Amino acid sequence: MSVLALRHVSRSFGPIEVLHGVDIALRPGRVHALIGENGAGKSTTMKILAGYQPPSSGQVLLDGQPVSFASMGEAEAQGISMIHQEFNLAEQLTVEQNIFLGRELKRGPLLDKPAMRARTRELLDRLECRVSPDRVVSTLSNSDKQMVEIAKALLRDTRVLVMDEPTAVLTRAETAILLRQVRALRKAGTAVLFTSHKLDEVEQIADDLTIMRDGRVVWTGEAAAMDQHAMANAMVGREMSDLFPAKVSTPGEVALEVRNLTVPGFSRDIGFTLRRGEILGVAGLIGSGRTETFEGLCGLRPATGDVKIFGQPVRIDHPWQAQDLGLCYLTEDRKTRGLLLGKGLRENLTLQALSKFDRGLIDTTAEERALDQAIADFDIRGHRAAMVGNLSGGNQQKLLFAKTLLADPRIIVIDEPTRGIDIGTKQQMYVLIRRLAAEGRAIVVISSEMQEVIGLSDRILVMRHGRITGELGADATEDAIVKLAMGVATEREPA
Amino acid sequence: MSDATAPAPRRIRMTVIGPILALVLLVIAGALMNPNFLGWDNVTNVLARSAFIGIIAVGMTFVITAGGLDLSVGSMAAFIAGLMILVMNSLVPSMGAGIPVILIGMAVALLAGLAAGLLNGILITRLGIEAFIVTLGSMGIYRSLVTWLADGGTLSLDFTLRSLYQPVYYGGVFGITWPIIVFAVVVVIGEVVMRSTAFGRHCAAIGSNEQVAKYSSVRVDRVRLMTYAALGLLVGIATIMYVPRLGSASSATGMLWELEAIAAVIIGGTVLKGGFGRVWGTVIGVLILTLIGNLLNLTDFVSPYLNGAIQGAIIVLAVVLQREGKAR
Ligand SMILES: Nc1ncnc2c1ncn2[C@@H]1O[C@H](COP(=O)(O)OP(=O)(O)OP(=O)(O)O)[C@@H](O)[C@H]1O
Ligand SMILES: [Mg+2]
Repeated sequence: MSVLALRHVSRSFGPIEVLHGVDIALRPGRVHALIGENGAGKSTTMKILAGYQPPSSGQVLLDGQPVSFASMGEAEAQGISMIHQEFNLAEQLTVEQNIFLGRELKRGPLLDKPAMRARTRELLDRLECRVSPDRVVSTLSNSDKQMVEIAKALLRDTRVLVMDEPTAVLTRAETAILLRQVRALRKAGTAVLFTSHKLDEVEQIADDLTIMRDGRVVWTGEAAAMDQHAMANAMVGREMSDLFPAKVSTPGEVALEVRNLTVPGFSRDIGFTLRRGEILGVAGLIGSGRTETFEGLCGLRPATGDVKIFGQPVRIDHPWQAQDLGLCYLTEDRKTRGLLLGKGLRENLTLQALSKFDRGLIDTTAEERALDQAIADFDIRGHRAAMVGNLSGGNQQKLLFAKTLLADPRIIVIDEPTRGIDIGTKQQMYVLIRRLAAEGRAIVVISSEMQEVIGLSDRILVMRHGRITGELGADATEDAIVKLAMGVATEREPA
Repeated sequence: MSDATAPAPRRIRMTVIGPILALVLLVIAGALMNPNFLGWDNVTNVLARSAFIGIIAVGMTFVITAGGLDLSVGSMAAFIAGLMILVMNSLVPSMGAGIPVILIGMAVALLAGLAAGLLNGILITRLGIEAFIVTLGSMGIYRSLVTWLADGGTLSLDFTLRSLYQPVYYGGVFGITWPIIVFAVVVVIGEVVMRSTAFGRHCAAIGSNEQVAKYSSVRVDRVRLMTYAALGLLVGIATIMYVPRLGSASSATGMLWELEAIAAVIIGGTVLKGGFGRVWGTVIGVLILTLIGNLLNLTDFVSPYLNGAIQGAIIVLAVVLQREGKAR
């Protein structure tokens, strides 16, 4: 009575087996959550279910019958859709063209544009997404892109919807909308499989739960039997302690002083100071200009304003100038801005701090040592000789971290530090960030995850519509942040 | 779960052995068809002919690896040749026909090459114009400039100078002529720079994803500019080796060199979109192209007029192989 199931499925890439005898069964009208650490094999399992990849051994069962999909098209014809962890959109086409790509509506030989337009509007409305169907996808924010992906899947009458970390790039409000859609689909009898590193979502919506570790299923059953803490423990295979390290900061001298920073089109009159040893959180809704502000600060986009680094007035027009001054920005977008997906771990790791390895010729032995160190320090799992594009999402994030830190910045701006990272690794990252602060570095953390901002920061700036609307202390409440982010309250609370 | 320290799977890839295989097959075919093929004379002849395109193609490898393109190198060479000859001829009355004049001519060639390359690079990086457009434009400009300098005809080097200068093409040490030696030196340096310097790494990074390079504090524009400047300089060097061969320059000098250089780079396995390049591959690409011409001349199996057709087919084949290497 399961619609789609895997029986004893294993999967190897080259000589390496990454799934070992996985069993999972999706039932109609139920939401099934698949959770596990980075690299546990969640995406691979999902791809096999949705016909994107064949299993190396074992069976895929559709309505109890073994099937082998020759292509994803065949799986789609059976009513199975998948939304990938990485976007699968044609960047140069419009929203509407993407939604109907490959299944354009026609009237006679011509495209039926009005009908497609109406259907697109309707789908986007259902998702409460306000982008115009005419917008070119490359100009959309990540969360809007995700909504387009979801609209694309909703268009098809799906019996099985597989979603790989659909909420990783969504805000809370957007996540709520998505979860509403998922409930509607469940009611209509669709079997939904999704994965997320946000365990509160899992607790909220999952009926069934499967937990994977190191390519094996370690627990499966009714989701109600597990609370978040139990899930986290089962995922990492050990008892999880507090997620956030203690806030023991002893702020030192002023490291960064920003006045009247304006990034045309994104933010205006930004001013703040940051001390050594401090973690400054930056909260705000997606689209509030946080990323652009700090990209402007670091010379990644045109900006004006007065910036002082350790008391010295500086002018930063290019990212390398920022780095020379000890200021680094760690991007939120690891796929298109952070890592060279077609290159190996070593080349990615050392790209930002290549001069450290430059003795006329590049010292590859030193590079290899640095890679050993990074793999150990950040617990990067995956094939050492792999292309970075083949690492699991979370492991890519860890590599990106390692890469930026290799440049040994004194001031680090970290944009969405734990996007797509499992809870065990998150904890490690938080400890790491706190340790960086304790070493006397000055740290800015931009995050859309409220708990993260609150749990990690010594002070919190809240941005709205490209301006700072308030500053809160370490004891800030979620409520206070939301108020400032939405523009309900605008007073500056004493820090 | 895979182990982060597991050894790399060794896979022989078609993109690596493809060009080598093709070269070996050509050599075997040549040796079977004509006994003189592997003779010293023919081998040095092939290498010397490869040298001009080869020197340029090494520079082109860097430009393409960094995601650029330069269509102007052929006419740039013609222009530099014309300029060099004019300058040297004009110095003969005051300085006499001696070595100093030739040295000045060489310096002019190097400077002109560097300047022309910088100009391309500045237009591309500072003004943000598509490389294809910029170099298509400069290709036309240099070609017409050399025609104008030669007044539609041929510029010939002063007769005495010519015999003084000729050893640069025909002479050498241990029976190896200078063009081959210079080519070899350029290749070795190019390979080392591509493989193990920060500059080579940066070229590949920019070519595979410019955004990532920028966010990683790579000085994208400067590296790009340097690839064009280096290519210009190498065109200057190639021209220095080329002028003594005929002692003249006309509007037909260096015709289609850009295409041969680009073809050699692609046949050698460098990715046209950028992001990955290898200099040794380019050398093999150049040798393949020259050998085809040479073979057709030595045998009367196929008409030499079909040279272009065969070269074209090989280029397409090389790109197909590249794609398969990626899709596997
Ligand atoms: N195409 C591939 N080639 C080689 N190895 C791969 C490939 N795809 C995945 N892997 C490896 O398989 C393992 C499982 O990866 P997978 O993407 O399924 O993990 P995941 O559970 O989705 O992790 P995350 O939470 O980080 O997204 C990883 O070690 C990864 O490096
Ligand atoms: Mg995944």
